[in-house]
Amino acid sequence: MVDLSTTYLGLQLKNPLVVSASPFSKKVDTIRKLEDAGVSAVVMYSLFEEQIVHESLALDHFLSQGTESFAEALTYFPDLDHYNVGPESYLELIQKIKAAVSIPVIGSLNGISSGGWVDYARKIEQAGADALELNIYFIPASLDISSQELEQTYVDLVADVRRQIHIPLAVKLSPYFTALPQFARRLVQAGANGLVLFNRFYQPDLDIETLEVVPNLVLSSPDELRLPLRWIAMLYGRVQADLALTSGVHSGRDVIKAAMAGASVSMAASAFIANGPGKAAEMLEEIKQWMEEYEYDSIKQMLGSMSQKAVAEPAVFERANYMKVLSSFDNRMRGL
Amino acid sequence: MPREMVTIDANEATAYVAYRLSEVIAIYPITPSSGMGELSDAWSAANIPNAWGTVPTVMEMQSEGGAAGAVHGAIQTGALTTTFTASQGLLLMIPNMYKIAGELTPAVLHVTARTVATHALSIFGDHSDVMATRQTGFALLASRSVQEAQDMALIAHAATVRSRIPFLHFFDGFRTSHEVNKIEQLTVEDMLALMDEKAIAEHRARALSPDHPVVRGTAQNPDVFFQARETCNPYYNACPGIVQQVMDEFARLTGRQYHLFDYAGAADAERVIILMGSGAETAEETAKFLNARGEKLGVVTVHLYRPFDARALVKALPATVKHITVLDRTKEPGAAGEPLYKDVVTAINEAVSGGFAPFKTAPSITCGRYGLSSKEFTPAMAKAVFDEMAAPQPRSHFTVGIHDDLSATSLTYDPAFSIANPKTVRCVFFGLGADGTVGANKNSIKIIGEETNNYAQGYFVYDSKKSGSVTISHLRFGPDPVRAPYLIGQGDAQFVGCHQFTFLERLDVLKYAAEGAVFLLNSMYGPEEVWDHLPREVQQQIIAKKLKFYVIDAYEVAAKTGMGGRINTIMQTCFFAISGVLPREEAIEQIKYSIKKTYGKRGEAVVQKNFEAVDHTLANLHEVKVPAAVTSTIRMRDAVPANAPEFVREVLGGMIANQGDDLPVSKLPVDGTFPTATTQWEKRNIALEIPVWEPDLCIQCGKCSFVCPHAVIRQKVYDPKLLAGAPETFKSTEAKFKEIPGMRFTIQVAPEDCTGCALCVEACPAKDKTQVGRKAINMAPQPPLRAAESKNWEFFLTLPDADRSLFEPTTVKNSQLLRPLFEFSGACSGCGETPYVKLVSQLFGDRTIVANATGCSSIYGGNLPTTPWAVNHEGRGPAWANSLFEDNAEFGLGMRLTLDKQQEYAVELVNALAPQLGDVLVEGLLKADQSNDAGIRAQRERVEALKKKLTALEKKEPRARTLLTIADALVKKSVWIIGGDGWAYDIGYGGLDHVLASGRNVNVLVLDTEVYSNTGGQSSKSTPRAAVAKFAAKGKGLPKKDLGMIAMAYGYVYIAKVAMGASDQQTLRAFLEADAYEGPSLIIAYSHCINHGIDMQKGLEQQKLAVQSGFWPLYRYNPALIDEGKNPLIIDSKEPTIPLEEYAYKENRYRMLLQSDEARAEALMKAAREDVKKRWELYRQMAAIEYNMRNPENGGDQK
Repeated sequence: MVDLSTTYLGLQLKNPLVVSASPFSKKVDTIRKLEDAGVSAVVMYSLFEEQIVHESLALDHFLSQGTESFAEALTYFPDLDHYNVGPESYLELIQKIKAAVSIPVIGSLNGISSGGWVDYARKIEQAGADALELNIYFIPASLDISSQELEQTYVDLVADVRRQIHIPLAVKLSPYFTALPQFARRLVQAGANGLVLFNRFYQPDLDIETLEVVPNLVLSSPDELRLPLRWIAMLYGRVQADLALTSGVHSGRDVIKAAMAGASVSMAASAFIANGPGKAAEMLEEIKQWMEEYEYDSIKQMLGSMSQKAVAEPAVFERANYMKVLSSFDNRMRGL
Repeated sequence: MPREMVTIDANEATAYVAYRLSEVIAIYPITPSSGMGELSDAWSAANIPNAWGTVPTVMEMQSEGGAAGAVHGAIQTGALTTTFTASQGLLLMIPNMYKIAGELTPAVLHVTARTVATHALSIFGDHSDVMATRQTGFALLASRSVQEAQDMALIAHAATVRSRIPFLHFFDGFRTSHEVNKIEQLTVEDMLALMDEKAIAEHRARALSPDHPVVRGTAQNPDVFFQARETCNPYYNACPGIVQQVMDEFARLTGRQYHLFDYAGAADAERVIILMGSGAETAEETAKFLNARGEKLGVVTVHLYRPFDARALVKALPATVKHITVLDRTKEPGAAGEPLYKDVVTAINEAVSGGFAPFKTAPSITCGRYGLSSKEFTPAMAKAVFDEMAAPQPRSHFTVGIHDDLSATSLTYDPAFSIANPKTVRCVFFGLGADGTVGANKNSIKIIGEETNNYAQGYFVYDSKKSGSVTISHLRFGPDPVRAPYLIGQGDAQFVGCHQFTFLERLDVLKYAAEGAVFLLNSMYGPEEVWDHLPREVQQQIIAKKLKFYVIDAYEVAAKTGMGGRINTIMQTCFFAISGVLPREEAIEQIKYSIKKTYGKRGEAVVQKNFEAVDHTLANLHEVKVPAAVTSTIRMRDAVPANAPEFVREVLGGMIANQGDDLPVSKLPVDGTFPTATTQWEKRNIALEIPVWEPDLCIQCGKCSFVCPHAVIRQKVYDPKLLAGAPETFKSTEAKFKEIPGMRFTIQVAPEDCTGCALCVEACPAKDKTQVGRKAINMAPQPPLRAAESKNWEFFLTLPDADRSLFEPTTVKNSQLLRPLFEFSGACSGCGETPYVKLVSQLFGDRTIVANATGCSSIYGGNLPTTPWAVNHEGRGPAWANSLFEDNAEFGLGMRLTLDKQQEYAVELVNALAPQLGDVLVEGLLKADQSNDAGIRAQRERVEALKKKLTALEKKEPRARTLLTIADALVKKSVWIIGGDGWAYDIGYGGLDHVLASGRNVNVLVLDTEVYSNTGGQSSKSTPRAAVAKFAAKGKGLPKKDLGMIAMAYGYVYIAKVAMGASDQQTLRAFLEADAYEGPSLIIAYSHCINHGIDMQKGLEQQKLAVQSGFWPLYRYNPALIDEGKNPLIIDSKEPTIPLEEYAYKENRYRMLLQSDEARAEALMKAAREDVKKRWELYRQMAAIEYNMRNPENGGDQK
């Protein structure tokens, strides 16, 4: 019997397959189905600072628009008792999910400022989350913000949140950092217990008939695994934090690769969205079979076994690695 | 439980009691009473119980007639029942009121007394509605203030169950219903203490029940009806006593003693005014003021008007009275006197002859009218009435408050007379509707009323326009109760706030300022430079009145703190900081507390944004050092330009300048008839940005003009030679219209009439290939463009309209060459209704009569001062009228009947006179093809020729004279019946159904906003499932009524469902087909609306999504196709391509349910998705039915 258990953010998990922040966690039922299919933990969808602010301001705008202008229509909507525009419904959902499932529930908070909203971190903890994933999600469009300033903002934010909570804290990052290892270390020093690599941005598309920019989010593809895989492999054992791999996890083999690179857990959502919650059971079965076939006893045994530190040629993850891929690709082209 | 002091308006004060003392509440929206129904619905949705611990059932009905019927049924089955209404609504209840009273059934109607429409509609207050019910048998109980409205509400509910007489409790619409005042709020214990449980039990015991059956509502005959009618006398005789007993019990409970007739004034008064409603408070305060100066005056306030207790009235009068003047707030043309006057005369007469009068010699009694349609009734006017009584021969049947130079009825009064309490602070604020001024002032008055020991009063005057509207807030506060139900007078305000700099050039803001007053101005100019930008008249007043002058750039503070255009919190902070009502720190604390209370539930971000605005205000508030001399060369603008017609200058101009009160009677039309095309003279300049045309990119598609709600963006093709003399910046390009070659083309914007909605930019499909953000129409700031574009606009108007006979308006592009005959209305910026109305005016305007249901379209279509229906270069244009809310279809049908009858008669006469008229002309007239503009023009020419011949004949041929009067009926005329969904789906549905069934050639345009838009968004049967609306605060639980499908059942009605944002071409086709169809047509037009909670600029996008989601399938049902063997139903939109949520959750009406009750929102949305699916499937199947049945009579086969 192979041992699939793993430890992530101090949480003992029965296996390394975790549901990443996604619409799945908006419903207790779907989480329960995923639990039944075997996943070991769930990361809640993100409580977006921007979204909360936007919803609140939009509600106010539309309830105020045109009011007190015309004698017959001093308002346009009934004044309802309450609106769930704050974090309350999110916190309630955490409570409901916690009550409904036995796997750990990791809250997810998305924001960019160190304002009052970091209180939400504490509220998520109070709601019963087993850990918190801080999803820093920012497109630095300004010509005036330097990378140093931006990184410092992130570090300050992590430190701020760390001060608010006692539960473990993971930070989900984008891949667009110039010096990721050093930055990762700074985040860990600021209080991160884990790093989640990487988040995926909504990438706008262009409609060339209507000449409109259209927001677009496509499900991840297995190819996307490569990017986080490399960085997990490079960071494993070099920063004092658990690593989680997200983006492109579509099969049991992907989870094994992630573990070998050094990821304590692999997070998937696209695979479940595309194939339904039952996909988790398939993936776990695939892992088991593979481990049995190749005679691995446990996930712990393979954890980081192919990280940069562990492979015979560490440089393979660095520039040479790029050259090698390119040349093999050229060879394939020539072979056609 | 101790009683709280609250600062609320009378609608809330009354509803608070009515809700708690009722089990069943039937509601229907009508201004100014809607607030009471809205509160009841919201409380019921929030599960707030009544005084006995159960949540009342609140049911919206389809009309006030329906509400009265439901009340009747509810009380017949034993419920404690109430309803709220006003004006025409109350009139619709009258038949049931007779029944309810005849059956001696307790019920209470709460009425915000409002003018009944006569020569014009008015939403404002007088007693004409209540007076129309005095014969029904209802008890009529009047309140004169906010406090009384609450108190009398309880007295009415208590007295009705004890007396079995149903009560109508009323107070003055707007003046009392919308006045905010500090009152002592009754507790539930107070209410229960007055409610007689035994009487309630008896009421229930009398209820219809199969357990103890009875019959009510029999038909009686001459033998017994009379006697039976007299059986109620003991109840009516007992009623006044019961009311007084309840009033006495109420006094013991609360300390406030009321009587059926309350006398106030000198014990030995010789002159007494008798009146009811808010005016009584003014008269009483005036008498008090004058008595303190040696006069002997008194005022009797009538509380219980029916049953009229003559003994109680004379008992209330001092024995010393020598002269009585009775004031009525109503007009009864042709009567011997107005109703209250006649009642008083009768009472005094009977008292004297019956020997129960306190005086030996009967006083002389005169009467007068005041305050119609909320006309001000001030202390100066009350004094004029007292003064008149002292005249050697006092006038009677006078008017006061107007200048009647026609019939010389009016009393003169001294407008400078004031009884203003020196301890009361008076403040006037001018704001824009959109800037939040009124909201801030309501907030301020609440803070002062509830957080200080001061008494406080707020009253708010609104605009007749829905966009760019001016608001004026009148606030009073001080240590004494504020009993002043009239506006703050000229020179009476210690504080004047002007929240918009541009008002200074068109409104005399400072006329309200007292000497030494504070003047706070929101100004983009700082304290150093503002002086030089003020109009001369403003500078003069600042110096002459020695005003303390402050400025703040509130828009800058708002922009920096994320407040956008809402400067409410900022100006409120300034007011508290300068006025010193509270210490600054405390004031700011209170403002923040109030912000938290008001906005807290909308989320922390909103609270923080407002806090930030408060915190940034004081640093930006500056006192201006006022120079000693007037220096400005800027003058206030004339209300209308000098070249406007005389009537516009003298009459409408006065109204625009806020001086309509000064217009004498002789200036006004005798029968409510006004000239059209007057909005063109009211340049409102409300747009911050206007569209700018880029000829190089323009593809001349006409879409911008098609969607423009205010007809401010227009296109013309014209001879290039006409460009000679064009202003320098006038743009043109080569025209691309194949029917009219060799021409130039211009799109021109009316810069001073545009509201800046940007729908045109949204509709524009032409984008710059090198920079896609630049379209053929783009918004740019108005001020720098104003002068040049105004000249261009003037020049553009001189260019001739395209010759309608040269092209067919069957494409959007061509249709926009037709001149709009509906322009510059006061509709909301970005209105979704007006583009359809404008299209009717373009396509058919020169031959159309419009019957317009009451609602948004009658308000932006017919609200003074200026009206948007316009004329073409020949002086032809739509003739427009509004009858009522409920009868519009019938009203339009009546028009059609006349047109058809006159046409028929004219044909008969032409035939009869044929020998004298000549065969060619006669044949031409009778066989004219009038299916297009060219044909109609030819017929008009024939009719002109006919008239010439008839003129020559008329002396010897009487029939020629008759034909001359109706000859125009030979030219095709269209009747368009226009209204909203409240009319078509609810109150007017019965009539609409009948008119559609009549088969007559009328065109019905339903501007479907899916709520009662004009009254602020109450649910109608058109409201879709899952949307929140007033009266559906929990989200509408049932699907939208399918009006089109119901009409299809007739088989001979043309029906189209259109949404111009989804398909402008389909819309155009539907309008053309509807008009062409020789039978009834019904167009149901998706009209995005501010009530949907959308960014109005995205209205067209929402229309598109509504269609794409299948929520609003486009179709045309053309019965003419049946004769061609085709299926009449053509679905013009594709099968749904997006989920319903993608459309719905872009609108606040749906989203707010998701935010307040997610589980219900999801359940309703799921059901709504099913609605869409089922309806689509049904339509699809209907459209697929084979119709290849040829009429056998026409020689075809029938399969």
